[in-house]
Amino acid sequence: MMAPVSAIMLSIDGSIAALFVIFGLGVMVSRQMLASLRFFMWQASALTASALALAYALQAVNLLWVALITFTTKVIAVPLVLRWAAGEEVYGRREVDQAMGIPASVLVAALLALVGWFAVAPVLPTLHGVPFAAINLPTGLIMVLWGAFTVALRRESVAQLMGLLIMENGAFFGSIAIVHNLTVIAEIAAAVDVPIVALVIGLLIRSIRRVTGSTRVGTLDKLHER
Amino acid sequence: MNADCLPVLILLVPLSGALLALLNRWAAPYFSVLAAFITLLLGTSAAWHVEAQGPIHASDGLFALDALGALYLLPVCFVYFTSSLYAIGYLWARQQEQASDEAEPRYRQYFPLMNVFALVILAVPLVANLALMWIAIELTTVFSAFLVAYEDRAEALEAAWKYVALTSMGAMIALLGVLMLYYGTHAAGQAPTWNGLLRAAPHISTPLLLLAFVLWLIGFGAKTGLVPMHTWLPDAHSQAPASVCAVLSGVETSAALYMLLRIYPALAANPGIHDPAAWYMTAGLITVGSAAFMLIQVHDFKRMFAYSTIEHMGIILTACGIGAAVHEQGTVYQLFAHGFTKSFCFFAAGLAGIIFGTQEIAKARGLISRSPAAGWALVLGTLAIAGAPPFALFLSEFEILYTGYSSGQYLPTGLLTAFIVIAFIALAYQATRIAFGASDNIPEQHSAPTIKIPRSSLAAMAIAFIPMFVFGFYLPAPLLHLVHEAALMLEVPA
Repeated sequence: MMAPVSAIMLSIDGSIAALFVIFGLGVMVSRQMLASLRFFMWQASALTASALALAYALQAVNLLWVALITFTTKVIAVPLVLRWAAGEEVYGRREVDQAMGIPASVLVAALLALVGWFAVAPVLPTLHGVPFAAINLPTGLIMVLWGAFTVALRRESVAQLMGLLIMENGAFFGSIAIVHNLTVIAEIAAAVDVPIVALVIGLLIRSIRRVTGSTRVGTLDKLHER
Repeated sequence: MNADCLPVLILLVPLSGALLALLNRWAAPYFSVLAAFITLLLGTSAAWHVEAQGPIHASDGLFALDALGALYLLPVCFVYFTSSLYAIGYLWARQQEQASDEAEPRYRQYFPLMNVFALVILAVPLVANLALMWIAIELTTVFSAFLVAYEDRAEALEAAWKYVALTSMGAMIALLGVLMLYYGTHAAGQAPTWNGLLRAAPHISTPLLLLAFVLWLIGFGAKTGLVPMHTWLPDAHSQAPASVCAVLSGVETSAALYMLLRIYPALAANPGIHDPAAWYMTAGLITVGSAAFMLIQVHDFKRMFAYSTIEHMGIILTACGIGAAVHEQGTVYQLFAHGFTKSFCFFAAGLAGIIFGTQEIAKARGLISRSPAAGWALVLGTLAIAGAPPFALFLSEFEILYTGYSSGQYLPTGLLTAFIVIAFIALAYQATRIAFGASDNIPEQHSAPTIKIPRSSLAAMAIAFIPMFVFGFYLPAPLLHLVHEAALMLEVPA
């Protein structure tokens, strides 16, 4: 059983969660690649802020590590890696294709948010004494669903990578409320994992551009059953 | 040697192989084969120790190896060794067949990546912590992406992109499930390991455990190739070099399936979850059925073996559901035998691709007359993977069906039997057309250059044939005991 937390900390975490969702929506619907990356960085900053707020409220030192690792890897390392691996694609102020218009995408996002909420709702009453779970867990699951939708929606490799990264943000946003005790080795491994994923996918994007002349993966459709 | 050192050594050897392969381009294949051979010896010795003296716990609980982990570790080590050996000559021959601009294969790109890829697969049964297992599975995709895209063509990059996008998406979904179980085990005062999860399972709230399981099923299911998240699998296997397909299909997809199997006893131990076996049977039967019908209309022989992998993942999942009522011996033996049998099939398919200069079934005829070794390997490999006697998979599929019928589960077992028969007929029909069909009216076949089959690839196939054949009728006593022990780990705790 965890110690009770003040209403003000719950309000702060709730506000951060709202920002987290707005930035996620920004990644999903922004027309420009660079804007999408910036929304991702803002979202990772919101994740950092939530980890700091929870670390203070729950006196959980491990969450300070999570905040530090998140900020270092996602706000600093991932953009650097992407600039190195696929700089022209990300920083070239390009419009991004998507399979669905923005109003329809927002509508689907709203439906996915309902799905996420109803999936988590039965779990919440069982998390006695986990004060932030009711805020973070549904928000995290919704972001995982939105990230998956972004991967399906976008026809551009870098934008799909953003979708994968916001899914990861979502998984961590949901779990920091309930898991404060990942072992140090797991935290270090998770920290190394994200830049490696970004690096390898960035290099793959560079190869796709070199061979096909574009990073529009929506046009890669030669492989299928006849 | 102290058994506690074995998990660390098993991971250090491929890492050393990768570093040495980076240093010298010409020696890279030989360093890799040596590293893989040493890993095979160490893996066998670890499995032997587990069979004789029980689980290994090492490095203050960072590593653990039990019977089920050991039974999965064996094919991983074996396929790592045979595919490294196979790749030496295969990559040369493939270069010649494609008349590539490059003079030599890119050994310095291929072998370091292959060693690191093997390292992260080996980590799955060896690390104890659930979060570390997830990281290992996630990294298998990352390190194999450039192996799938090795041939650097638009199609290969398309396949690699679909593979990375879909399986990483699955991994992110599974991550939330893993962290939920992490919370569940911690809240119950247990360590986040398989044993801890099993002890904690009765105390974890049912909605939390169910939601975590659904996230696992979707997330790890994408990596396993469960329908409808399977679409990356035929594309990746049609484009990757055969030596990579052998590892991808033989043991990498099983890594995610291993996670799905291991969570089963925890679900069954929770009093609020009624009939978890139904989830496994439903997901498994949908997968086997879809793969069986896709096998009928497939046009590419490497895609054919990819659909066969999907079918086998479905069979194992269904078997886990069916075996829950009686015992799980068929399930774990199928997981074990699939590894080396499927790698053999891809070795044969790789040689057939080099000989014909195409993977299209319609343009591939008379393989036996072009190369008796490759032709018979393709026929025998296909029969073995389809479940014909006297091969190892016949034993496991017979055991699974016998368990199903003898425990009165007629509907799922009947459906599984029908799908296995459809897949058998489709595979046998396609393989016999390729091996024995007349090539007279296929002009491309007469103009195709004659390429000598590399000796290292033939040697790898000969080695891979031994367990595929011998384990169909003879299991050494220690291995049989290990299978029994592994099966017990999937059964519902008292």
